[in-house]
Amino acid sequence: MTLRHFPDYLREMQLTIEGYARNYGLDFFTILYEVLDYKTMNEVAAYGGFPTRYPHWRFGMDYEQLSKSYEWGLSKIYEMVINTNPAYAYLLEGNSLVDQKIVMAHVCAHVDFFKNNYFFSKTNRKMIDGMANHAASVRRHMARVGQEEVENFIDVCLSLENLIDPMSPFIMRQRDPKAEAAEKAERADDGTHDDVPRLRAKQYMDKYINPPDFIEAQRKKRDEEKTKAARKFPEQPVRDVLMFLIQHAPLQPWQRDVLEIVRDEAYYFAPQAMTKIMNEGWATYWHSKIMTEKALQASEVIDYADACAGVLATSPGRLNPYKLGVELFRNIEDRWNRGQFGKEWNECDNMDQKRAWDKKLGLGQKKIFEVRRLYNDITFIDEFFTLEFCIEQKFYAFGFQERSGNWEIMSREFKKVKDQMLKMLTNRGQPLIVVEDGNLDNRGELLLRHVHEGADLDVEQSKQTLRNVAKIWSRPVSLVSKSEGKGRLMRCEGGTVSERAADYAG
Amino acid sequence: MSQKIDLDHGRFRQIIRGKIKQHLRQYISQGEMIAKKGNDKVSVPLPHVDIPRFKFGDKQQGGVGQGKGEVGEQVGKGEESDQPGKGGEASDRPGEHMTDVEVSLQELAEIMGEELALPRIQPKGTEKIVAYKDKYSGIRNTGPESLRHFRRTFRQAMRRQISMSAYDPKNPIVVPIREDKRYRSWRSEPLPQSNAVIIYMMDVSGSMGDEQKEIVRIESFWIDTWLRSQYHGIESRYIIHDAMAKEVDRDTFFRTRESGGTMISSAYKLCAKMIEDEYPSSQWNIYPFHFSDGDNWSVDDTHTCVELLKNDLLPHVNLFGYGQVESPYGSGQFIKDLTQHFDADERVVTSEIKSKDAIMDSIKEFLGKGK
Repeated sequence: MTLRHFPDYLREMQLTIEGYARNYGLDFFTILYEVLDYKTMNEVAAYGGFPTRYPHWRFGMDYEQLSKSYEWGLSKIYEMVINTNPAYAYLLEGNSLVDQKIVMAHVCAHVDFFKNNYFFSKTNRKMIDGMANHAASVRRHMARVGQEEVENFIDVCLSLENLIDPMSPFIMRQRDPKAEAAEKAERADDGTHDDVPRLRAKQYMDKYINPPDFIEAQRKKRDEEKTKAARKFPEQPVRDVLMFLIQHAPLQPWQRDVLEIVRDEAYYFAPQAMTKIMNEGWATYWHSKIMTEKALQASEVIDYADACAGVLATSPGRLNPYKLGVELFRNIEDRWNRGQFGKEWNECDNMDQKRAWDKKLGLGQKKIFEVRRLYNDITFIDEFFTLEFCIEQKFYAFGFQERSGNWEIMSREFKKVKDQMLKMLTNRGQPLIVVEDGNLDNRGELLLRHVHEGADLDVEQSKQTLRNVAKIWSRPVSLVSKSEGKGRLMRCEGGTVSERAADYAG
Repeated sequence: MSQKIDLDHGRFRQIIRGKIKQHLRQYISQGEMIAKKGNDKVSVPLPHVDIPRFKFGDKQQGGVGQGKGEVGEQVGKGEESDQPGKGGEASDRPGEHMTDVEVSLQELAEIMGEELALPRIQPKGTEKIVAYKDKYSGIRNTGPESLRHFRRTFRQAMRRQISMSAYDPKNPIVVPIREDKRYRSWRSEPLPQSNAVIIYMMDVSGSMGDEQKEIVRIESFWIDTWLRSQYHGIESRYIIHDAMAKEVDRDTFFRTRESGGTMISSAYKLCAKMIEDEYPSSQWNIYPFHFSDGDNWSVDDTHTCVELLKNDLLPHVNLFGYGQVESPYGSGQFIKDLTQHFDADERVVTSEIKSKDAIMDSIKEFLGKGK
């Protein structure tokens, strides 16, 4: 990558824009801009915004697609920014000055979002180094065991990269096993009393009500239950399938390292998938505010409007996160400015009154800053996507109509639209797969389970992915799911996948 | 300028090549590649390039959109469509995960060459036909004024004036003198030219059905691709015949259907005339290919054919290929006659193409000799 000197006029522009942004209350890391030609831009984009990644053909594939799409004039990457401290942002060489201005304003807001949104709080802000370290270790493994072998294993790992638990940095799914064991030991220590359940009885009646053979039967039953529970492994279903494999699959050290790298990067990128709508909405909100209120010169209005229209355009059958996000932020600001919230507002069902509702509270700005700090896409939509907003913004739900073989608008009903939207956002639009049993039938087989929430899996893809799980697990692997309302079990043994009907409980 | 991504990109292309090679037989026999032919590139549908993941079925998840439209109105395909290579088409083939990849014809020929282990062709007569091409390759101090290199001359003059302190930036006048002048110089490069012509002949009599023609079409596409990768300038000519032969263009070649009888000699005559008139064999690498269902009008005509081949065609050509397509009407006699007469002659290659699946083997038979 050639580093160009960052030109003075852009530097000045950056200082001005950042000055405006700070005055509005945006709070961001230092931003370092680099001007790239389109080839390098495509390269960096293929690498997910990073200058160095581990060697893998998939980046080459992405690069080819980006380059083609650029050459054919179908798409152009205006802007890219990564979540690091300091934040790196890239400008496309040859863009007009208005474009660069918009991009800078946009980037300020993105970086503010990275810095302050709760879901980014656990990400590694030194990920440039992180990625470079990953690249170095993968290269080292390749030098030792061979490129082909490592690459094939990366393929396998990448095919499972979505099987993580993005919320796990924030909640404890399982109690620390050590603490639990200690607690248990304590309980056992504190008295030698037997905890076999007894029927309540006065002391002199005890030997009649709880005769010795009854106690014996109870004890037996308890012991049986205990061993049964102990045999279950993992005790609770595990969402972080990758972690489970890292801990329990029979892997070579280098394989474990590669799997850890893939998992680490998946976790790094997860918050961006969880806040796509908010993040883009927030950035769009601020570039438009900064531009229209401060930075825009009269001669630039047309170009600015043109660029903005491009960003906010909607097309049938596609959700534009920029548009949805910015409109929702504006809606929130307006509602909190006019006091359209709280019990009184919720209970009012007089539309005229609602429309004219204005308590002149002026809390809008404060509220949107709070929202950008505490919410992610799901909670954002769940809380602020209201009936009024849905109607005003003309949202609809669409789906595949078997009868006509087309994708059609299914409904404009508020509840359906919102449900559909939340469904798409749940678990970043990915199916939820958990480890159900790591020692199926006591034969060391792995049982995965698709937690069915209304949508079936793609069968062909699932089979291939299952094959990859089996490569890591090295023993047969099964996946239980539901297809067209019936339980199905896929089992991969020795590279071949068989299917049969199965019970799908729950 | 080399980029880091070049390594990954190169690796990706390598993987694609491997995949194409693996599925070559299928591509060759299906002929769908020809349909997607662009100028010098084909787009190849490849299964399973991308990495598989657990994900929802294509039609399982709807989406949310924004804007006008009545309930029941059709919308474009959802979010998926912004993934390149996964257009609307893919959705009516559930389970098959296809990615379209572009490959140049040159690369395709190489892949085929590797897979079929085709030897490189030794063109004949290379040393005889050498064309010279002038190429501007440098700068010198003398030359005709018409080739004066303005910028270099100017620069030289300026350099001289600066070093002599005769240059005044406030009044930048630069006057070149004789010694400053620079001229373009050229080199004559010998361009080894190997010219080749492929003459396709096809029986279009009633017994050749659509399926037979499809086979010929696919096979000729691959022969074309390979020979094109071996020669610089290549021409293709097309002759159709029933009882009469005539030259046609490519489109007509594959579309025409006549109902007459078959006289193969008519085509050979025309071919021989074509070679004599236009392609002197000292300068041209000549490849006639003839496809028929093996049904000829009479034994006499077959005899004429053999004579024509012996005297007028074979002395001039690199290779004469005869492909016999199996048809329900043809007797398939002709190939036997040819083998009988030319079994020892390695300029004649015969090949029986029973079905589309046999195309690949047939190509290997035709081109496997490296002639």
